[in-house]
Amino acid sequence: MSDELETMYRELILDHASNPRHFGPLGSATHTADAINPLCGDKLRLYLEISPANQIENASFEGSGCAISMASASLLTETVTGLPVATAENCFESVTERLSHGKSVTRPGVSLDKLEALDGVREFPSRVKCATLAWHALHAALGNLSTPATTE
Amino acid sequence: MSGVAANAWRADFPALDQLVHGQPLVYLDTAASAQQPRSVIDAVARYQREDHANVHRGVHTLSHRATDAYEGARDRICKFINAPSRREIVLTSGTTESINLVAQSYCRPRFGPGDKILITHLEHHANIVPWQMVCEQTGADLVVAPVTDRGELELDVLYHMMRDNVRLLAVGHVSNALGTINPVRDIIRTARQYGITVLVDGAQGVPHMPVDVQDLDCDFYAFSGHKMFGPTGTGVLFGKEALLEAMPPYQGGGDMILEVSFDGTIYNELPYKFEAGTPNISGVIGLGAAIDYLEQIGMQEIAAYEGELYCYLVESLQQVDGIRLIGESAQRASVQSFLLDDIHSHDLGTILDHQGVAIRTGHHCAMPVMQRFDIPGTARASVSLYNNRDDVDRLIRGLLKAKEMFG
Repeated sequence: MSDELETMYRELILDHASNPRHFGPLGSATHTADAINPLCGDKLRLYLEISPANQIENASFEGSGCAISMASASLLTETVTGLPVATAENCFESVTERLSHGKSVTRPGVSLDKLEALDGVREFPSRVKCATLAWHALHAALGNLSTPATTE
Repeated sequence: MSGVAANAWRADFPALDQLVHGQPLVYLDTAASAQQPRSVIDAVARYQREDHANVHRGVHTLSHRATDAYEGARDRICKFINAPSRREIVLTSGTTESINLVAQSYCRPRFGPGDKILITHLEHHANIVPWQMVCEQTGADLVVAPVTDRGELELDVLYHMMRDNVRLLAVGHVSNALGTINPVRDIIRTARQYGITVLVDGAQGVPHMPVDVQDLDCDFYAFSGHKMFGPTGTGVLFGKEALLEAMPPYQGGGDMILEVSFDGTIYNELPYKFEAGTPNISGVIGLGAAIDYLEQIGMQEIAAYEGELYCYLVESLQQVDGIRLIGESAQRASVQSFLLDDIHSHDLGTILDHQGVAIRTGHHCAMPVMQRFDIPGTARASVSLYNNRDDVDRLIRGLLKAKEMFG
């Protein structure tokens, strides 16, 4: 087995894929967004509960997809819970820049240590979209604070 | 069939002779696109190097050569599927365009509210969406015949549905997702009783078995060059002459006209009426060479070899703990879809790729088939004349490694 493969499918990823955290609908959600990858059919719905003070109180997701997309969504819910909306939006930008373009940009309030587990997809161009799918849902949900959005 | 012959065929395909991630390539994705033999690659290159010119236009030598080679390919296609006349062979960019042509030129001017277009739950998106579009344009209805849990058409239901104002039936010869070989000859015979026009999507049929459009008695038969060892961007629509004759052109432009003036235009005769603009000359010449290649081996021989290898593939998959086969029709060809434990097909595809094994993963452009089985997608292996038992063994070893990783 090659190193790149083992890096991408490291234990943390497989753990989150097989036991996704915060999986299922969120009754108290104030914002939701769908994300779909038409190429492979992966789809998920992200739920956010945002307080009047613009803080993400709770996050969950449901959907179906490969290990990478499920693990990434699971890690996302862990990462953004408790964050102010502006910081969560910074997370979206940091993660997509890092996975799509290999750029590590530090943004205020963002610590992506845990998300390093996703770095392995950079060696697999066809799988980067799997890893960023949930983050696009986050971006869509946050970008439509009054109206839940559906996006790719 | 001896393994020696198979190895001889394999050597005809230069792309197979390479390492992928450090391992010899095992190409089990022919149903998506077939590799090309050297003779096809050379025919295309020779045309580009020596004979390139536009067809049907010039009086100069290169244009003659190009026209002869291009029209020679049409004659070979005509003979290959036993069409009665070369006027019935319309060259297109692929199966997709062939089907869109029939939807827009045959159905659109004729169909209206109350008319029905009948398809099946097994179809590829290319044999669904063009009909949805023309139904929207005309007010006709699209109706869908069901399939069983094994992936076979429910023929009783299909035949019953034919009674109800069906004007056109579009059915795949072989399902690209499940491998099901549909009994198209019987289906066409029944459709005849109700005066239904029949189009067969032969994209996965022509590469794997002898096809005789007169024996089938289909009205239209559509297929693609790149699934049968030819170049991409080439395809064929066979249509019965009387039907094609009565249809308006699909696109306007050069080559499809006899005379143009601002008072009106006289269209060219068949098949050129449907071939507007400069065609894919090099591709069609390559397709002609692909047909030569297939005929040299013989379609019966290919079907027999692939059939035996396909059985080995299915038996080998069945021995893997945790395998679920999707598509278990009694009659099937070339492709086998499957799931392994609860490993997503894309993860399987990536892990296999890293062992040099190329398969297709996902919905295979047949989302309704996936919906029928309530799954997001499958892994799909397809075998061809250039594969052998070692390829199947490598696939199985790869699957066992995936199990180990996800275990």
